[in-house]
Amino acid sequence: MNRESLTRHSDYEWWIEPTGQMRVPAVIYAGEHLIDEMDEKVREQITNVATLPGIQRAAYAMPDAHWGYGFPIGGVAAFDPKEGGVISAGGVGFDISCGVRALHTMLTADQLEGRKEELAESLFDSVPAGVGSRGAIRLNEHEMDEMLFGGAEWAIGRGYGRPEDLERIEENGCASGAKAECVSHEAKKRQAQEMGTLGSGNHYLEVQRVAEIFDAASAAAFELHLNDIVLSIHCGSRGLGHQVGTDYLKSMVIDGYKPIPDRELACAPILSELGQKYLGAMRAATNCALANRQIITHLVRGAFAQVIPSAALTLLFDVSHNTCKIERHSIDGDVRELFVHRKGATRSFGPGHPDLPASLRAAGQPVLIGGTMGTESYVLVGTGECERLAFSSACHGAGRSMSRTQATKHWHGRQLVDELREKGVLIRTRSYRGVAEEAPGAYKDVNAVAEAAEHAGLARRVARLVPLICVKG
Amino acid sequence: MRDTGTWEHFSHGSDIGVRGFGRSVEEAFEQAALALTAVVADVSTVRQNETVEVLCDAPDVELLLVSWLNAIIYEMAVRGMLFGAFRVEMEGSALKGTLRGEKVDPPRHHVAVEAKGATVTALRVLREANGRWVAQCVVDV
Repeated sequence: MNRESLTRHSDYEWWIEPTGQMRVPAVIYAGEHLIDEMDEKVREQITNVATLPGIQRAAYAMPDAHWGYGFPIGGVAAFDPKEGGVISAGGVGFDISCGVRALHTMLTADQLEGRKEELAESLFDSVPAGVGSRGAIRLNEHEMDEMLFGGAEWAIGRGYGRPEDLERIEENGCASGAKAECVSHEAKKRQAQEMGTLGSGNHYLEVQRVAEIFDAASAAAFELHLNDIVLSIHCGSRGLGHQVGTDYLKSMVIDGYKPIPDRELACAPILSELGQKYLGAMRAATNCALANRQIITHLVRGAFAQVIPSAALTLLFDVSHNTCKIERHSIDGDVRELFVHRKGATRSFGPGHPDLPASLRAAGQPVLIGGTMGTESYVLVGTGECERLAFSSACHGAGRSMSRTQATKHWHGRQLVDELREKGVLIRTRSYRGVAEEAPGAYKDVNAVAEAAEHAGLARRVARLVPLICVKG
Repeated sequence: MRDTGTWEHFSHGSDIGVRGFGRSVEEAFEQAALALTAVVADVSTVRQNETVEVLCDAPDVELLLVSWLNAIIYEMAVRGMLFGAFRVEMEGSALKGTLRGEKVDPPRHHVAVEAKGATVTALRVLREANGRWVAQCVVDV
């Protein structure tokens, strides 16, 4: 992106001043290098978001922003329904409530020595992953509706997990206001065999080692120490969420709010019948994602039990990064209920936020930033100033720097797996082509993204994690 | 099935674009469907053992392409199949599609990634000056 067309407000804050149809400015948080690397499409898309009715303060792009669907991936925007605010299927994304969950094994790296291969096999055997994989759980129509209403809470009620997991999940593991009747028959059918599956693409399950601590106090609050072993799960709402996104994108293109600058920005007024139906379906899909990550957690605990039964696998936190949530934010001193879209962005509540569980309230919310196999992941913590900066939002991952097509021309999956093994990272996959498409070199530097998030004030780095085992979706 | 068209992929920041070319709009849609299968797996490895029919409609030809590709994605997902040959018949805003393929076999099909949905991003259906039809959009994977 050309820096000259932006107004620089600080080293990590760049503005596109409102012109034309823009109702608010667009603000990009990134360092110079990330701005230089950023796709011009981000400018176009974040500018378009700023034209939507009811938008508050500004349209925001996170340090990992890249070309998305209507909204950039790494886009944040909050809308007030009382001012004609809209909800956008593209602004939430196709993989509704895709997110990252981190479990703390309470093991240290030395306890894994000599067991890595066995653990990798156990995880690979236990969690269905990749194209065409099927879960063992089958839900009838009634059970499906219960799952869509109850999310992770439903899953735990069925024996998939521990009651104490819930307080470490956003919204306590259940999005309220879900309406299973707003989810199409096709979406439910698509989910029928996919409960407890990881999916494919950039989804993964990783065993990671804490390689660096940046913020000792927050690390202590999260019980993270150097050389601790953490397990991270990155996946979403599977076929059901994808179909909800597909169904409502079409409905919003045909019957949604007009005029819009680009058809892919299709949206509907929050208070319209279509907006309310989408909200009900999106929340149901969110619960599907939360239930899915909960079931995978249960499978992971089972896999560890076969190899290292002493692993605690307590839930550190679960964040969703494709969402629209109702949150209370201050607009010119007036506290309002806003609908905050985060497309490829993570909620980042600072210390003292009332929605955080007591055990985390003093420290702030863990913000989980996923890497890609072979590269680092990060645990950050929300800051107090982030509410003012971006409605309490931070980045979600590295973001691609190279397309899938280009990646397959640059790398061979088998060779990558061998090279990563040399570096101490065990990859388990059913698709070498998938590995090539997800090559670490095809992504931006996650270190630069995490650093930019910290310097911009969105979230503060707590710990850097390096992968030891990666089950690729 | 017609075999005079071609297809290709094009780059999108995080996902992938599918583009079909043909002497008719129907053929361009068939080729775009082949490009979709090629996102997921190696098309040449897909045997044509089973036939599935789909019906879709949309208010304009571009949204019809999205509906067509999404109908294929749906059938792939619920049947656990891949499709290697397509036939499209169009009448006004309605499309009847015939899909031929087989159950997915990940190692043999060299699978890469699931398709989540066809989007309206970079969506175009048009006839070029030389008379050739182009049908394209980005697929979320």
